[in-house]
Amino acid sequence: MKKMSFTQAVDDALAQAMAKDPQIIVFGEDIPLLRRELLVRFGPQRVRGTPISESAFVGAAVTAAMAGLRPVVELYMVDFLGVCLDALLNHAAKVEAFSGGKWSVPLVVRAPCGGGYGDGGQHEQSLWGWLAHIPGLTVVVPATPADAGGLFLTALQHEGPVVFLEHKLLSESWLEFLGSGGRQTVQYNVPEAGARGEVPQIWKPLPLGQAIERRPGGDVMIVSAAVGVHRALEAAESLEQQGISAGVLDLRSVSPLDTTALRAAAQNTGRLCVVDEDYEGFGLSGEVAAVVLEAGIPVQFSRVCTQSTIPYARHLEDQVLPNRERIVAAVQNMMS
Amino acid sequence: MPPDLWQLYSLMFKCRRFEEAVAKLWHDGLISGEMHLGTGEEAIVAGVVSLLQEGDALALDHRGTAALLVRGVDPVLLVRELLGYPEGLCGGRGGHMHLFSQPHLAVSSGIVGASGPAATGFGLAAQYQNPGAVAVAFFGEGAMNQGMLLESLNLAAVWQLPVIFVCKNDGWAITSTDGSMTAGDLNERARGLGVPVIEIDGRDVSDVWQAAQTALERARSGQGPTFLHARCVHFEAHFLGFQLLRMVRHPLREMPRVAVPLTHAILKKDGEPFRIRLAGLRKVLAAVWRTVRDPRRGLAHDPLWRTRRLLRADLSRLQAMENDLTREVDHIIASALVGVPS
Ligand SMILES: Cc1ncc(C[n+]2csc(CCOP(=O)(O)OP(=O)(O)O)c2C)c(N)n1
Repeated sequence: MKKMSFTQAVDDALAQAMAKDPQIIVFGEDIPLLRRELLVRFGPQRVRGTPISESAFVGAAVTAAMAGLRPVVELYMVDFLGVCLDALLNHAAKVEAFSGGKWSVPLVVRAPCGGGYGDGGQHEQSLWGWLAHIPGLTVVVPATPADAGGLFLTALQHEGPVVFLEHKLLSESWLEFLGSGGRQTVQYNVPEAGARGEVPQIWKPLPLGQAIERRPGGDVMIVSAAVGVHRALEAAESLEQQGISAGVLDLRSVSPLDTTALRAAAQNTGRLCVVDEDYEGFGLSGEVAAVVLEAGIPVQFSRVCTQSTIPYARHLEDQVLPNRERIVAAVQNMMS
Repeated sequence: MPPDLWQLYSLMFKCRRFEEAVAKLWHDGLISGEMHLGTGEEAIVAGVVSLLQEGDALALDHRGTAALLVRGVDPVLLVRELLGYPEGLCGGRGGHMHLFSQPHLAVSSGIVGASGPAATGFGLAAQYQNPGAVAVAFFGEGAMNQGMLLESLNLAAVWQLPVIFVCKNDGWAITSTDGSMTAGDLNERARGLGVPVIEIDGRDVSDVWQAAQTALERARSGQGPTFLHARCVHFEAHFLGFQLLRMVRHPLREMPRVAVPLTHAILKKDGEPFRIRLAGLRKVLAAVWRTVRDPRRGLAHDPLWRTRRLLRADLSRLQAMENDLTREVDHIIASALVGVPS
C-alpha cells in the first residue's frame, strides 16, 4: 500500500481521471500554480487560471458541463461561494429538474473548507449543510486521503453537480500555503489519520451516500464528517476509559445522506451524538434527528456543532469548533 | 496648497515600522492564520487617509491594518486584535481581515471586491444624512474583476455618491499577474461606468495626496465618485510566508520542494503530449521568473525612500523624527504585549 496526504490523493485521483477523459478541465483562481503538477502534465488548455470573477467562472462551468465538458471548478475557499451562489442555487441545482430530467450538469466544485488555523469566520466555514439543503446538489465531505481520492473520482463520474469539500486542517498543502510554510512557530491540531494515510494503487470510485463505521460502539454512535470524525474518535477513546462504548460513523457525503446507516445506528445504540463543524441551527444535525424520528425510532440525541461566527483568536476558535472535550461532555450528559 | 511632506513621511514611516513589527509577531507565531501586509503601498494609504475627516467612512480589503493606523485607531488595540487578545479592537474576534471601528466608520472584509459596495453604502448614508462627508474604498487591481465592485462603480455614478474608489494596483493578485487576467484597461473600465479617473504614481505621496484632494473636493461638493488608480508594489508579495517569494529568497531550501514533484508529474506516463506539457512548464517557470525579476521590489520603488530623498536636506531633523517614531512603535508593541488588563 502507498501513502498519500489528503490533497495529494485528490490531485492524484483527478490526474488519473484526466488522463482517461479529455473532457475534464480544471479552472479557478491561481490554478496554474496551485495545481502546477496537473499543469505540467495536462497543459494550459486543460488547467487554467481565472480572474477573481466567481460569478462568471462558476456560472460558466455550469453550461460548459451541460455542453459536454467535465469541468472541475475550484474556489479559493467555500466561504467565497457567497459571491456566486446563484450559479449553484438557481442554475446547476435546477437544470435537471427544469429540463424534465433530460439535461444534467456534470460539474465538480472543489473548495477548501473548515477552521482550526486562525483565519476567522469569513474563511473557515464548513457550509456543507447549507449547500445540502438545496435539492439537486451532491455534497461530499471526506475525512481520509483514501476516501478523498475515491470520492473525487465518483464526483467526476457523477452526472449532476457535486460540491467537493476539502477540510484545510487535513490538507498539508493548504496549511503550508496559508502560512505554516513560512514559519515553524505555529501548531495546528491536525488529525494525523486524516491528513495522511494509505491509498489504493489505482483509484476506484466509492459509492455516494454510504457512511462508514470508523469505530464500533454499543452505547452511543457519534455521527460526523471531515475533521469532526477524528475529533469523535479522540472522544470515543476518552469515553472508553470511562466505560462508555462509543462508536463513530463517518458520513462521507452529506447529500446524499446515508439514512439507512443512521437509522441502524440509532436502532442499535439508542443514542446519537452528531458532531458537526457546520452551523448548528437548521443544518445537518437537525436533519439527522429528523431522519431517525421519522422512522419512529426512539433515540436519545445530542449535538456538538458550531453555534456562532468563528472567532479569529485561536483560543476562542478552539472553543467554538467541536472538540474532544465538548463531545465527551455531550455523551456523558446523555449517559447520565 | 502643497502637502506637508514631513507629516506624510512620518505617517508612512510609522506604518512601515508598525507593519515590520507585525511581521515579526507573525513569524514568532503570535499572530495566527494569514497576514497580508501593506508594505510598499504606504504612500497611497498616507496620501488618502490623512485627508479624511470626522464623519468620513473607510471600507478596507484584506490589507487594511495600516490604513486604520493612519485613520487614528488606537494602535495598541490594533496590535492586541492581531494577537487575538480579548482586549483587542474587536475583542480578538476579527483579526486583520475583519477590523471594524465604529467611531471611524471603518470596516474591512476578506472577500475580494466587498469594499466597493461597503463604501457605496457609506456614501449613500453620507449623501442622505451628512452631506459633505465621503466614503473611501481600498482594493487591489484583482478586485476590479469582481462583479460587485464594478456594480458599485455604476451605482455610485448613477446616484452621484461621494465615494472615492482607490485601486492599489501592484500588478499581482496572489500568483496571477494583472496582464494575464484582466482584459482591456482599468481606467477605461471605470470611465465606461461613468466614474472619472485620476491615474497616479502610487509611490509618490505628493501625487497621491494631490489627487485625493481633488477627488475629495468633488465628492464633498456633491459631484459624485472618482476612481483613483495608483500603481504600487507589495514588498512581501501576497502575504507573509508567500510561497513564490520564499522560493526566491531561499531557493536552496524551497526549490526542491516544488521542483521534485513537478519533475515527477511532467514525466508521468499518461497525459498530454510533451509539447503541451512544456507549455505548462513554461507557465510555472514564468511565474517564478516574474517574481524573481520583479524590478519594482528594488529600493527605487519604495515610497519611503523616494520621499526621504526630498527631506534629506535636513538630515538631523529627519533622523530625529525617525528615531522618535521607531521608539513610539516599539512602545506600542511592548504595551500591547505586556500591558494587557485582565
Ligand atoms: C471573493 C473572493 N475570492 C477569492 C478570494 C481569495 N483572495 C484573497 S486576496 C486575493 C487576491 C486579491 O488581489 P488584489 O485585489 O489585486 O489585491 P492584493 O492582494 O494584490 O492587494 C484573492 C484571490 C477572496 N478572498 N474572496
